[in-house]
Amino acid sequence: MVVQALKDQGVEVVFGYPGGAALPIYDEIFQQNEIQHVLVRHEQGAIHAAEGYARSTGKPGVVLVTSGPGATNTVTGLTDALLDSIPVVVLTAQVPTFLIGSDAFQEADTVGITRPCTKMNWLVKDTDMLPKRLHEAFHVATTGRPGPVLIDIPKDVQFATGTYTPPAKVVEASHYKPRVKGDPDAIQELVEAIETAEKPIFYTGGGVINSGSAASQLLRELTDATGFPLTSTLMGLGAYPASGKSWLGMLGMHGLYEANMAMHGCDLMINIGARFDDRITGRIDAFSPNSKKAHIDIDPSSINKVIPADIPIVGDVAHVLEDVLRIWKARGRKTNREALAKWWKKIEGWKAVNCLKFKNSEKTIKPQYAVQRLEALTKGMDRYITTEVGQHQMWAAQFLGFEDPNRWMTSGGLGTMGYGVPASIGVQMAHPDALVINVAGEASWLMNMQEMGTAIQYRLPVKQFILNNERLGMVRQWQDLLHGGRYSHSWSDALPDFVKLADAFGAKGIRCDNPDDLDEAIKEMLAYDGPVIFDCLVEKHENCFPMIPSGEPHNKMLLGDDKAEDAIQGAGAALV
Amino acid sequence: MNALHIKKGSTKHSAYNLRPTFSDVEEKHTLAVLVENEPGVLARVIGLFSGRGYNIESLTVAEVDHKGHLSRINIVTTGTPQVIEQIKAQLGRLVPVRDVHDLTVEGAAVERELALFRVQGEGEKRVEALRLADIFRAKVVDSTLDSFVFELTGSPEKVDAFADLMRPLGLCETARTGVAALSRGT
Repeated sequence: MVVQALKDQGVEVVFGYPGGAALPIYDEIFQQNEIQHVLVRHEQGAIHAAEGYARSTGKPGVVLVTSGPGATNTVTGLTDALLDSIPVVVLTAQVPTFLIGSDAFQEADTVGITRPCTKMNWLVKDTDMLPKRLHEAFHVATTGRPGPVLIDIPKDVQFATGTYTPPAKVVEASHYKPRVKGDPDAIQELVEAIETAEKPIFYTGGGVINSGSAASQLLRELTDATGFPLTSTLMGLGAYPASGKSWLGMLGMHGLYEANMAMHGCDLMINIGARFDDRITGRIDAFSPNSKKAHIDIDPSSINKVIPADIPIVGDVAHVLEDVLRIWKARGRKTNREALAKWWKKIEGWKAVNCLKFKNSEKTIKPQYAVQRLEALTKGMDRYITTEVGQHQMWAAQFLGFEDPNRWMTSGGLGTMGYGVPASIGVQMAHPDALVINVAGEASWLMNMQEMGTAIQYRLPVKQFILNNERLGMVRQWQDLLHGGRYSHSWSDALPDFVKLADAFGAKGIRCDNPDDLDEAIKEMLAYDGPVIFDCLVEKHENCFPMIPSGEPHNKMLLGDDKAEDAIQGAGAALV
Repeated sequence: MNALHIKKGSTKHSAYNLRPTFSDVEEKHTLAVLVENEPGVLARVIGLFSGRGYNIESLTVAEVDHKGHLSRINIVTTGTPQVIEQIKAQLGRLVPVRDVHDLTVEGAAVERELALFRVQGEGEKRVEALRLADIFRAKVVDSTLDSFVFELTGSPEKVDAFADLMRPLGLCETARTGVAALSRGT
C-alpha cells in the first residue's frame, strides 16, 4: 500500500536505509521496478540527498528509514528542510502498535521527537488511514510554504491489508488549503509604489524558487521591465540570472557591498519570498531606515515577524507577481526614470568599490581564486552546485554565478555542515547527465563522507571540490574577530589523505596546491567520468569578506583585512 | 561610509544579540483555537508556545464537535501586540488548526472559569467563610466538621477575589479549570 501510494504520487526515487521495523515495506520495494531505492550509508545522508533532489527538481524528496535510530538520524535533515522550506516526505517505520510505549527494541517516540522539526507528522495506527495520510503528507509538504512531513508506520500496520484511497480524493477532502492569491488592494498599493519609487530594490529569496519556474520567469520579466536593481538571499540565488543587468549580487552578512548599501539606502524595498533572516538584516533598528517595505510571502507568520511591512501581501510569489505585472502594465508601465537613473549611478559608485577583491598569491592558492577558476572553467555549462557550510559556502555564493533556479543547493537556515556530499548525490540522481559539484570545506566534508560509498554504488559522477585549509575556517574567522585570535579547537589535525581516501572508495583523487596547476587540475576533474575527490590545498588564514559584523547595520561593512583599510577610505571619499 | 573594526577580544557583537527589545506594553489576550481532534494536536500547540518562548497563562481544551472532529482550545496569553500577532500567525500555520479567534480584539466576550477551594477553619472563621461563599454564590460541595469545599463559577477576576478573601479564613487547597470563553452576541 505504501509503495502504491508513492507510485500514485509520481515518486521515482526513494533514499533510504532498511532495518527491522521497515522490512515489510522493503519487501514490497524488492518486488517492483518503478521506484528506484537508493541505499545511503547513514540516514542523515538519506534526508540531505532527498533535500538535494527536491531543491534541484522542485519535486518532493522521499526518505524511507527504520524505527528508533533510523528515525532520530533524520532529525537534523528535517530541521534543515523546515528552515529552508524544502518539500520532503519521510517515512519512518515504527515498532508494532502493541509494543508502542514498552521501550521496545529500536523504539523511539518519533512523532514526539520530530513534532517541532516537521511541518506536520502523523503516527498511523490504522491501515485504512495509511493511504490518506500518505497522500496528505505529499499535499502538505508541497503546498503553501513547503516543508518536511513525516509519517510513522508501525510494523503491524505495514503487514496488514486495508482499503486504498486514491490521491485526488484525499486532497479534495483536506482542510489544508493555503491562500495563493494576494490581496488586490495591497497589490494595487505596491504597483503605485513601483511607479513613484526613486530608489527601489527587489530583495528576493528562496520563496521565488519554491514557487516554481513560472515565478522566476515573472520575476525576470518584472525586473527587466522596471529596470530596478535586484539582490537575493543565499537561498534565492538563480531566480534572477547573475548575468542580468539588474543583478547586484547576494546581500547579507557576507553579501556584496553594493547590495547591502542599496538595501540600506533604498526608499522602496520589495521583498519577494524572503523572510528578513538575521543574516540578512543585521541590526534591526538600523535596518534600511528610510524605506517603504513591501513583503510578499505565502506564510502569514513571516510577515511582521522581524521587520514591520508597510505593504504586506500574503500569497504565492508566482500568483502575486502575475497580478503585479498585469496591473502595472495596464496602468502604463510607469517608473520614475529620472530618479532611477540617479539611483543606478549611486549603485555604480558602490560597485566600483569592488568589494570581492582579494590579494592573490603566486605561491598558495587563495580560496577565492580557486572558486573563481571553477566559475571560469564551468561557465556556460548547465551545472548544479551544492555546498557544505562555512567560508567556502560564502565564497561559492559570492564568486559563482547562477543563471537558472534550482541549480544551487545549500543549507541556509540551519547551516548544516555535512549537507553537501549527500545533497550532491540527490541532485545527481535527479540529473544523471549533469555536472554536479559539491564545493566543500574539508571539515564539513568529513561529516558525511561515508556517502561517497553511495556515489560509487550508483555510479554518480559527483565532483567533490574541497577547499582544504586544515581549519574550521568560519569558526577561526570569528575567533579572529571576536575572541582575541584564540583559536579554540578550530583546526583540523590528523586529516586523512584525501587522494588515498578517494582511492579507497574507488573514486578519483586529485590534489592541487599550486595556483599554476589549478586550471589543469580542475579540467582533469571535469573531464573524469566518475566521482572525484579534489583536495584543493588553499591559504590557511584567509578570512571571508565583505562582512557585516553581527549587531551592525548594512552600511557598516568590513571590507577586507587590514590591507583593505586604505582602499575603503579611498572609496569612501568617492561616495557619499 | 564607515569601515568598522571590531577590537580583538571584544565579545559584545555576538550573533545572537540581534533581537531588539520591544518596549511596548504587554497585553493579555484570550484566544480560541479550533483544531482537528487528533492525537498530538495539543502537544503541537503547547510545543509552539514553549519552543518560541511565548507565555501561557491558562489553557483549557475539550472536544466541542464530535461529528466534525473538532476541539476547542482556549488560551490566555500575554505579550506585546507584535508578539500576540505572531502567536496568532504561528497558530494559524499549524496544519491541524482550522481557525484562530482573538476574543480580546473581536468584540466583547464572556469568560468563565470553575474553581474548587478547600477551606479549613473553626468557629468564627468557618462562619465567615460560609457567609462570603453565599455572597459569591459559591456552592458547598463537600463538608466536614472543620472544612468546606466550595465550588465557584465566574470570571477569572471573581475567582481571584474569592481566593483572596478565603486565604485568611483557612484556604488550603485550590483547583481551577482555566478560562473557557465565547464571544458575545451572534
